[in-house]
Amino acid sequence: MSVLVYTESENGKFKKTALEVASYAKAVADQMGTTVTAIAVNAGDTSELEKYGVDKVLKVSNSALDTFNAKSYAAAIKQAAEKEGTKVVIVSQSADSKYLAPILAVGLQAGYASNVVEAPSSTSPFTVKRTAFTNKAFNITTIDTDVKVVGVSNNSFGLVETAASATTEDFSPVIPDSGVTVQSVDKATDKVTIADAEIVVSAGRGMKGPENWGMIEELAGVLGAATACSKPVSDLGWRPHGEHVGQTGKPVAANLYIAIGISGAIQHLAGINASKVKVVINTDPEAPFFKAADYGVVGDAFEVVPVLIEKLKAFKAANA
Amino acid sequence: MKILVCISHVPDTTSKINFTDGDSKFDTNGVQFVINPNDEFGLTRAMWFKEKQGATVDVVNVGGAETEPTLRKALAIGADTAIRVNTTAKDGFQVAKELAKVVKDGGYDLVIAGRESIDYNGAMVPGMLAELTNANFVTNCISLDVDGTTAKATREIDGGKETVTTSLPLVIGGQKGLVEESDLRIPNMRGIMMARKKPLTVLEPATAETETTTVKFEKPVPKGAVTLVDADNLDELVNLLHNEAKVI
Repeated sequence: MSVLVYTESENGKFKKTALEVASYAKAVADQMGTTVTAIAVNAGDTSELEKYGVDKVLKVSNSALDTFNAKSYAAAIKQAAEKEGTKVVIVSQSADSKYLAPILAVGLQAGYASNVVEAPSSTSPFTVKRTAFTNKAFNITTIDTDVKVVGVSNNSFGLVETAASATTEDFSPVIPDSGVTVQSVDKATDKVTIADAEIVVSAGRGMKGPENWGMIEELAGVLGAATACSKPVSDLGWRPHGEHVGQTGKPVAANLYIAIGISGAIQHLAGINASKVKVVINTDPEAPFFKAADYGVVGDAFEVVPVLIEKLKAFKAANA
Repeated sequence: MKILVCISHVPDTTSKINFTDGDSKFDTNGVQFVINPNDEFGLTRAMWFKEKQGATVDVVNVGGAETEPTLRKALAIGADTAIRVNTTAKDGFQVAKELAKVVKDGGYDLVIAGRESIDYNGAMVPGMLAELTNANFVTNCISLDVDGTTAKATREIDGGKETVTTSLPLVIGGQKGLVEESDLRIPNMRGIMMARKKPLTVLEPATAETETTTVKFEKPVPKGAVTLVDADNLDELVNLLHNEAKVI
């Protein structure tokens, strides 16, 4: 009956989103008066999960799961849910979890609520708050099935440490043929991804050319942030499409979103609405982004950003 | 190859979002509806398959009669026939089940849906549809080639992209990149005239079963005015981000 949480890992280490969904699962379990079981696939040391309220870890070690595959992973989570008699399965909203969750939901005959941003307001009926209309509204939804799948938006619940000790158990699910074979993965492993980032530094055409992105990357480096860009920048090929933030690009739900030289087209704003604090640096005081921003600096990015980098370095040094 | 493109009928990006009936329903008053942008990329890619590989392309929408202009637009762009499942679905699962029946009855080799719609953003229908029809599934798809019954696709992942091979029958969750934005088509007069004569079949729904219920909608709390910081005083910005916003 425990709440089951799928805790994603990469290279044997849990992602931040895994710890966030474990925190969320603990909150749900407390409301339901039950415990939290995590399923960890090819992860190394799982003791970190204890800090976030996990009582039991199902450790899966299977080379067939070395490369992510939605159908295979959904099959493993489904079998874990059935083994534990779980009524609520929690996943993140990473690209991988969003890929597997609908497959899992059908397999479990479970209702699925995606983009959930708060702990349930009630567990009977199971009621959650989700974003809708590209973050212009919230949809209060009940999941009416016996088994439920909940997709928790990244950076919406945060990390909540709690004292717990977890037991671990080896778990060997049967992995079916997925029908999809990964041929190649092209991924910068040393970079913070937009999905995982608490801070995103994003720049637009105001940067005048790709050769000027050095200062954007330096600012991101100081903040431990991911880099992103506006649609025209990706269309021009200055930056890869994977960094394009907006309605037809990636959604960003960061704690801090810094927009540099981006005017703030409505399609761009649709992609960043879920971010908590927005800072805009733009030469044009009439740029629409200032209406959506919390903090703004009217100024030339080529003058403002280098100074901001120095100020932040000094701040970091003073607060190290 | 027989292709089905799933078309969501969604409010234009610039639409004001309001609700009626005690905040339980989306207020369509004055709202312009369009083909879901993610579906539009898929429709254009389907047109490429039609023109280069001789595929047939049907489009489908689950919705009331008010969605027919959106389907007619898809026909004007070049789809061969349209299907409307005559129900206003209450959740993504219901949409997926209706689509699954159309897919099974139609014997489609390739189903292209958008990775998500821009209204409810659930990103669940393509995956559910694939599972319900026992088809292979690739989402966040930014390129797709099909040779016989073999498909090669590239999909966006967090921090990069990956290339996969799979086989038909296949469901794709498509997005920008599936075709270039400059390749998206605007219906011309000839297409619009031809679309009037193309078949639009209305099917009655197979199920009313849902798994989730929308209780109500809420709008975010209005945001306060921007705090402007002088470009010569960036210490103040750092201070605000640390002490007021608490994000660094």
